[in-house]
Amino acid sequence: MTQTNANLNAAGGLRELISFRIGAQEFCVDIMAVREIRGWTAATALPQSPPFVRGVINLRGAVLPIVDLAARLGFESSETSDRHVIIVAQIGEQVVGLLVDAVSDILTVTDDVIQPTPDVASDTAKLFVRGLLAIDGRMISLIGLERVLPDFELEAA
Amino acid sequence: MSMTVLTVDDSRTMREMLRLALTEAGYRVVQAEDGLHGLEVLAAEAPTVIVTDINMPRMDGFGFIEEVRSDPQYRGVPILVLTTESDAEKKNRARMAGATGWIVKPFNPVKLVDAIRRVAA
Amino acid sequence: MDPLAAIRETFFQECEEQLAELENGLLAMEAGDTDPETINAVFRAVHSIKGGAGAFSLEALVRFAHVFETALDEMRSGRLAPTNEVLKTLLRAADVLADHVRAAHDGSAVDEAHTAELAEELKALDPNGATAGEESEGEEDWGDFEFKPMSVDVPAAPAGPSGWRVSFKPRADLYAKANEAALLLRELGRLGQTTVELDASGLPALTELDPEAAYLAWTVTVTGDADETSIREVFEFVDGDCELEVSPLAAVAAEGEASATPVEDPGETLDIGALLARVQAVAEPPSPQQVPPAAPAPAAVATPADPSSPPDGQGQPRKPEAGATIRVDLERVDRLIDLVGELVINQAMLSQRVMEAGFARASGVAMGLDELEQLTREIQDSVMAIRAQPVKSVFQRMPRLVREVAAMTGKPVRLVTEGEGTEVDKTVIERLADPLTHMIRNAIDHGLESPEKRAAAGKPAEGVVRLTAAHRSGRIVIEVADDGGGINRERVKSIAIEKGLVAPDAALSDEEIDNLIFMPGFSTASEVSDISGRGVGMDVVRRSIQALGGRITISSRPGKGSTFTMSLPLTLAVLDGMVVSVQGQTLVAPITAIVETLLPKAGDVHSLGGSARVIAIRDTYVPLIDVGMALGYRAGPLDATQGVALLIEGEGGARAALLVDAIQGQRQVVIKSLEANYRQVPGVAAATILGDGRVALILDIDTIVAVSRGADSLRAEKRLAATG
Repeated sequence: MTQTNANLNAAGGLRELISFRIGAQEFCVDIMAVREIRGWTAATALPQSPPFVRGVINLRGAVLPIVDLAARLGFESSETSDRHVIIVAQIGEQVVGLLVDAVSDILTVTDDVIQPTPDVASDTAKLFVRGLLAIDGRMISLIGLERVLPDFELEAA
Repeated sequence: MSMTVLTVDDSRTMREMLRLALTEAGYRVVQAEDGLHGLEVLAAEAPTVIVTDINMPRMDGFGFIEEVRSDPQYRGVPILVLTTESDAEKKNRARMAGATGWIVKPFNPVKLVDAIRRVAA
Repeated sequence: MDPLAAIRETFFQECEEQLAELENGLLAMEAGDTDPETINAVFRAVHSIKGGAGAFSLEALVRFAHVFETALDEMRSGRLAPTNEVLKTLLRAADVLADHVRAAHDGSAVDEAHTAELAEELKALDPNGATAGEESEGEEDWGDFEFKPMSVDVPAAPAGPSGWRVSFKPRADLYAKANEAALLLRELGRLGQTTVELDASGLPALTELDPEAAYLAWTVTVTGDADETSIREVFEFVDGDCELEVSPLAAVAAEGEASATPVEDPGETLDIGALLARVQAVAEPPSPQQVPPAAPAPAAVATPADPSSPPDGQGQPRKPEAGATIRVDLERVDRLIDLVGELVINQAMLSQRVMEAGFARASGVAMGLDELEQLTREIQDSVMAIRAQPVKSVFQRMPRLVREVAAMTGKPVRLVTEGEGTEVDKTVIERLADPLTHMIRNAIDHGLESPEKRAAAGKPAEGVVRLTAAHRSGRIVIEVADDGGGINRERVKSIAIEKGLVAPDAALSDEEIDNLIFMPGFSTASEVSDISGRGVGMDVVRRSIQALGGRITISSRPGKGSTFTMSLPLTLAVLDGMVVSVQGQTLVAPITAIVETLLPKAGDVHSLGGSARVIAIRDTYVPLIDVGMALGYRAGPLDATQGVALLIEGEGGARAALLVDAIQGQRQVVIKSLEANYRQVPGVAAATILGDGRVALILDIDTIVAVSRGADSLRAEKRLAATG
């Protein structure tokens, strides 16, 4: 369903994005991927997990992993406080919580506003940044969520 | 004890039609949604006769018939295939796989029951 | 609502689903999806709509669906390429099909011109030319789906010759497809007065009889006014699988005697049939479906046509018993189980909050809460019971296995089953089949002695394997017992020593020796037999039982036999757990794995260098595993005297002690998957939600023990690498 809707929006040339802050930086994700936004609650740590996986929380009976998006994107990991929020996002079949500093806005933009990511060496940029937006003089990076969870391909081998 | 007929069809409409026609005729009916499911139900219910569709997801009718026939326990269970077309090619493939007979869809209840009576004691 | 109208509604509901499937599939293909299953699903959607529409005589819908289906069939077989242009046409056709479905449903009108236009476009796609339209004509004689009192058409052919002579010789293929000569003869009997002659001249000597082959032939005289077509129709399903001659009776009479040796005495006919039946019964497992081919029941011989006889040969047709059962989608049940799981958690959370708020035990609130808890439990139990099924479905497969293994080993075996009606969760049943199969094979192959040895021991030649199931204190207990020689402990011990599984000077109790057979790498068969030696041993059985939250034990008495006892949870949705704390984390250990809990004293714990420690438990030393370190919650070891040790029994019956900070209590917890939204985590079996609403992890004890020991290191490394 999500895909169909995204297609429809794309066809109309309009997209809705949710923007959020991590430190001084602004990012956004496609609103179609966002299920809900909720306040931070302490997570249960998972053994032997990468540092950016904060653990798991109870979301109405489902066990939801929390990814510290700052750490995932290669920034300083955030000290969590009650002001932090969790963006609950659908990534493929899975539902994942993304820990961010604050949600700022809902942006409605046309596709042509989204500029391609300039060629930079950063692997993080290549993995996650799908494009850049300039809104009122602020730079907002459009994040793709497909690779947010740790890469387990090794195990499949 | 009345005879049990296993119907295997991915269409809910068709399953309900078969059930109605067969229960009206005094048979006990158990159902499955595709070949794989059919094998499960077969093991659990030990039906007297099987009526199966051909075109189904996961495991089609041909595969299902072959699986059933490869098990000596079920070698003697009559299998009737439902064919929408009076398609000779499909009918022959079904027979090669071990089908006992066929019923041309859309079936009428009299012909359905008649076909079952012809293959089952 | 009358049943047919209800089915009609189902059909339209299903049409909507199929239309959505159709559209999604076509859109996916347009986006570049080339998976053959996608085009198959698209084809099936249209095919199903057509099939149902045909049954309800919705002719306009059938006609259009047929043209559409033909085009899709071309695409499915690769003759029509799914170019964008083609897909555009197909998508528009899908819209027209949807219009037709809605028109058929609510009686609205369809745009005939548009339909015709699309139909033409679809036909034009067909590389073989526009033949689809004509083909559909051939399928127009679709009768209405009506429920009238059942009657069998008796062909009222004009009086031709006074009868027919039918010579019929089945080939083996006829029986291989589960057709029955007897039933064909019975059908002939419906067409008129019949006289049946059996030709048994092809029957070989009994010793050479191949139960799968066809030896018999029949000549049937049908008198009455049946026509040739209706006689041939009887043999419609066996066309090509038999030799068939139908000739008018008068003509036959002129030709004189038939070449076959007639056996006219029906008594003898039956004797041969019975003989053949016995041969078959010996050669093959009996099956209620297998009517011996040469058993034309007397009723079928020389009976007048009886068009009103019931279709059910085994008795009078009767109405099905009134709604004793209903069928429900498993998905719905699982959703309900999930919800009840949440209810249990919520109730626990509420209780905890009420306790924290300081209500007295005897207060109305607390008492009301107790009742709620009781009720919640009952709801949970009732819901779990929906998923429960009798173990019969898996027990049923065993007699055949026993026959096969008995034949392979040359040991006569009798299988006794008890408690087939005992119910347990569907998933448990499904996952029981493999371990049970293996255990029963083992019981016959290794457990039972040869008939000679049994005779020497004064036992009957026939060995007995008992398979039983029963409920015992909230679990299901399944036993596989044999009356064989019991475990040869000398041999088991020497094999274990030989394989380096135990020290040569180890002093082992009988029970400990018996349990050696569960150790990985132990295989009793020095001759790796075909039957039990399929590369799996009892360690695999034990692991699959443990994966289900179960335990398996063995007891054996020399000369009397062995009994394997499995105890399994009735459901996989909840687990009895011991809630423990480790470095500020709350964890749950499955109670089934815990043998006992103890408070380590300073003198009991010894270091083996590094962080490796052992604890003395009544004269034996077992590894002491610091759970906090194993899971990476802390870097250094906990002072053992500050914690609690859980003595557990893991894979291969090996014991270990898990050191935790404290025990909080025991409780039943609802199992939640970590994999659904994340993935498997080493050392963690699953998660649960506790009364405070927080997630707690359920320990995977075997993995923790294995990783801590360095045993099974391959899997551990792979898993650890994966998380990096």
